[in-house]
Amino acid sequence: MEVSSPQFKQKSRKALADEQLQRAMGKAKAGFIGKRRKAVDALPEFEALRSSARAIKDHTLAHLDLYLEAYERKVIASGGRVHWAETAEDACQAVLDICRAVGARTVTKGKSMITEEIALNDFLEKNDIRPVETDLGEYIIQLRGEHPSHIIGPALHLNKEQVEEDFRRVHDKLPAGRDLSQPESLLGEAREILRPQYFAADVGITGANFLVAETGTSIIVTNEGNGDLTQTLPRVHIVVASIEKVVPTLEDASQILRVLARSATGQDTSVYTTLSTGPRRPGDPDGPEEYHVVLLDNGRSSMLGTEFHEMLRCIRCGACMNHCPVYHAVGGHAYGWVYPGPMGAVLTPSLVGVEKSGHLPNASTFCGRCESVCPMQIPLPRMMRHWREREFERGLNPATQRFGLGLWAFFARRPRLYRLATSLTIPALSGLGRRTGWFRSLPLAGGWTRHHDLPAPEARTFMQQWRDRDTRKQEGGVA
Amino acid sequence: MSGRDMSGREAILGKLRVAAGGGSADAARQEAVEKRLARPPRGLIPARGQLEGEARIALFCQMAEAVTATVARVRKADDVPRAVTHYLRARNLAPRVRMGADRRLKAMNWSAQKSLEIGHGPAAPQDEVGVSHAFAGVAETGTVALVSGKDNPTTVNFVPENHIIIVDAKDIAGDLESVISRLRRKYGRGEMPRVLNLVTGPSRSGDIEQTMLLGAHGPRALHLIVVDG
Ligand code: SF4
Repeated sequence: MEVSSPQFKQKSRKALADEQLQRAMGKAKAGFIGKRRKAVDALPEFEALRSSARAIKDHTLAHLDLYLEAYERKVIASGGRVHWAETAEDACQAVLDICRAVGARTVTKGKSMITEEIALNDFLEKNDIRPVETDLGEYIIQLRGEHPSHIIGPALHLNKEQVEEDFRRVHDKLPAGRDLSQPESLLGEAREILRPQYFAADVGITGANFLVAETGTSIIVTNEGNGDLTQTLPRVHIVVASIEKVVPTLEDASQILRVLARSATGQDTSVYTTLSTGPRRPGDPDGPEEYHVVLLDNGRSSMLGTEFHEMLRCIRCGACMNHCPVYHAVGGHAYGWVYPGPMGAVLTPSLVGVEKSGHLPNASTFCGRCESVCPMQIPLPRMMRHWREREFERGLNPATQRFGLGLWAFFARRPRLYRLATSLTIPALSGLGRRTGWFRSLPLAGGWTRHHDLPAPEARTFMQQWRDRDTRKQEGGVA
Repeated sequence: MSGRDMSGREAILGKLRVAAGGGSADAARQEAVEKRLARPPRGLIPARGQLEGEARIALFCQMAEAVTATVARVRKADDVPRAVTHYLRARNLAPRVRMGADRRLKAMNWSAQKSLEIGHGPAAPQDEVGVSHAFAGVAETGTVALVSGKDNPTTVNFVPENHIIIVDAKDIAGDLESVISRLRRKYGRGEMPRVLNLVTGPSRSGDIEQTMLLGAHGPRALHLIVVDG
């Protein structure tokens, strides 16, 4: 996928004016935040589990070479094969070689952000192999020739009317008069269309949420069951996973699973958690005859030990974007590459280069919510600031500080966003600025306060004060 | 391993080793890894599932129902075939099921269900109902654990539209970690069945406008039969 992140501002402006998108994003926001809250509140140990999950990944990253070697030994011992890929091209080529060796024409695919990252579908198509996405959201956007706008809800930006239109256009053998007005009928139709594809495919490709060093196991987590059909029915199963997916043991995977679904969809656990170890065994009545793992680096090893090291703890739950006022306002496509939202603003410059990612690190109101909900306690705002500083130092963008302020103003002018962003940051800021009434440096926004003194805001925002005043009036108090 | 794989492997591992400190403290790192793999720390187990006896089984049923599975309880294994027929009738399904050759299923008294047709082996597209026997249950989340093997086809768990899973009450653990310990005892340390399916409710998707709908690609309905005795 081509990187179009430098057009973030233009795309944002367009997105803000797109009523359809705004409706879809409004729904998404309300859904994700409430569901996560409920699931988290129902588990008293949630905060302690976050720390536990974080510690597991920190330990793994400090021993990543050794755990990957241990993992590889176990995969081989269980009859599988491991293909190491330094770059996206290497990974695509490895997949193609496996497909060619079995004469594959059609491959089914479970949802996988890694295969989006390496643009596998385009590559396979160019080589006359037809990839069929089977996750409902991925299927829909494949029909539309789009890319996912969210890492766990690829079609989040769409309304059901748009999906209906696409189904009528593509499934043109079905009766024109059929009723597709309800989401249920759309889901049913996708199920019927995809069913024979699973059986016809020669190769099934999935991602992995975890790789387990102890046992050589890959784990996928889904709600639909498409990943399981994808990896069980074809003759060959290929897992494409990046190197930081490894965890030491099954218990470690279990710890992190407890925070994953709650942070992502607000479920205690997803419907299907599937642990796969090697190909079909003697006497097995079904399952793939070949099991391959393509292990992708694609820039991750260069993040180790840098100020972006902690980003490698990310488990791709999507909570940071689900709680981001900027993401809610502009949707995922504005970010211009595979990974949107706060995690994308940090990861995109790391993986494709800061010179190609434009102003993504500025795509933030620095309200700090992403970090507060991230199950892996990743300091996303701090890392975005690191990028801004690097951008500035390297003179990549002489107008950095002006742009930073410009983007802040751009979002602050939109009242809905402004409310969200300020209600969290203002109490903290006013505490800091109290002594002088002015800041010289604003936490998390050093890129531009370095050059601008800002008046310290009052502890309550204007809107909150206005509301309070109203309430007092109603209660017969002073106006 | 092809030449490309080999050079990719060395390049990636090389970079990781440099980032980890270039080999200076390698013995200590190696030891830490071996220790963790040999004796996996159990981690933090939430209190929710830490119940005994009936309370644990009740939590399992309650959590499963909360994710729209249906649950029936029977006294002994021989009551299962009747419970299956009963379910099919209540759902207006044809009296035909697909199952593997699991010895616990085979030992049940199926012949008493005169009209019930049983197909053995992996599932095919025309199969409407699959029957599996669980390896374990997890009370904390209402999850069932299924292992693949020569008598347990994985397709039975995903291809048919309706899935009936039999769980022995004595196999219901409080948490997933206890199930992992049992797997280790059964398969050996560091070993796993080819597939372990953890199933929590019937298949669903929220991909259209965030509305959770049941019956995406896996089973539309999940029915659990808990065997007490
Ligand atoms: S950065 Fe944190 S919140 Fe965002 S996707 Fe990764 S793990 Fe989830």
